[in-house]
Amino acid sequence: MIHSVFIINRSGGLIYNKNYNTHIAQLSSNEALIFAGTFHGIHALASRIAPTAKATGTKDTGIQTIDTKNFRLHCFQTPTGIKFIAATDLLHTRLAEALTRIYELYCDYALKSPFYNLEMPVRSDMFDAKLLQLVQQH
Amino acid sequence: MASSQQQQVQSMLKLDTKQSKRSTLLLEQPVTRQRRDKVSLSAFAFLFAEMIRYTQNRVLGIQDLETKLNELGQRVGVRVFELTMSREKTVRRETRVLQMLVYINSVVWRALFDKPADSLERSTENEDEYMITDNEPDILKYISVPKEMASFSPGAFISGIVESISVCCQCPARVTSHVVPAEGMPVRTVILLKFDKDVMEREKRLEAGKSK
Repeated sequence: MIHSVFIINRSGGLIYNKNYNTHIAQLSSNEALIFAGTFHGIHALASRIAPTAKATGTKDTGIQTIDTKNFRLHCFQTPTGIKFIAATDLLHTRLAEALTRIYELYCDYALKSPFYNLEMPVRSDMFDAKLLQLVQQH
Repeated sequence: MASSQQQQVQSMLKLDTKQSKRSTLLLEQPVTRQRRDKVSLSAFAFLFAEMIRYTQNRVLGIQDLETKLNELGQRVGVRVFELTMSREKTVRRETRVLQMLVYINSVVWRALFDKPADSLERSTENEDEYMITDNEPDILKYISVPKEMASFSPGAFISGIVESISVCCQCPARVTSHVVPAEGMPVRTVILLKFDKDVMEREKRLEAGKSK
């Protein structure tokens, strides 16, 4: 199951943070912000030192998964520089389709809403509801 | 001499017609409905979001915002009315209240949103109020209104369309839109029409005349 979802904007700021697993330790909002900034940094470093050629055409050359003993962190970077991060249990090996779906939901319910300002935290009930639906399916 | 000139002119005309076949000039498109007449919802959603943001920068309150969107909708409504009347090839324009409402519910909604409106009701408290309900208006489904503006209904645009159509059908009304969420339909919008007093009096006279 998916434990939590984060969305990081182009400059490394956290714009969405939601926890779906109540049985594990919760991240405070400060810690979440620090996590977003740190991850943004190491993602940039990883894409710089990647030994593969840059001619793959995609901009998603940074970190894709981080494995630990208890959970796995998946990351998907869009061509516009927004990162979608999901922390899941070890059963999920690839979450690219789900993260792409989350990107679609973001485009629909955040970008098409006139009350959302770009690069700001996402505050949309419909986005929360649809994301909850998606997370419950995984 | 004249024939070569003519040929030149003809070839130039040929070039011109080639261009205007692919021309995207709006007023040169045929009026009859074509299969490629649909616009992508995403494109319209972005345009509509920008319309709301644009008007938000120029007004001072929620009421003003709804009024401005209503005005934008009125401009659309007049043109939609003309277009649907000519496409339907109907002989008469509806001038009675109930017929006009049925026309809006079916023809106009289908022309704009590709589906008929979900219900048409008459209010039980006031005789001059009617309600058109749309369970999930496509153009509004991506908009999440923040809690500080909870009374704002982006359906003001749709109510503007309905208001101008009601004026075109000689039944002027004050039209407002309200969001009435129901089970599984968080964006259910109700368009409330409050007809003018003379319209209701005229309807009463016509009913009385008919029943005689």
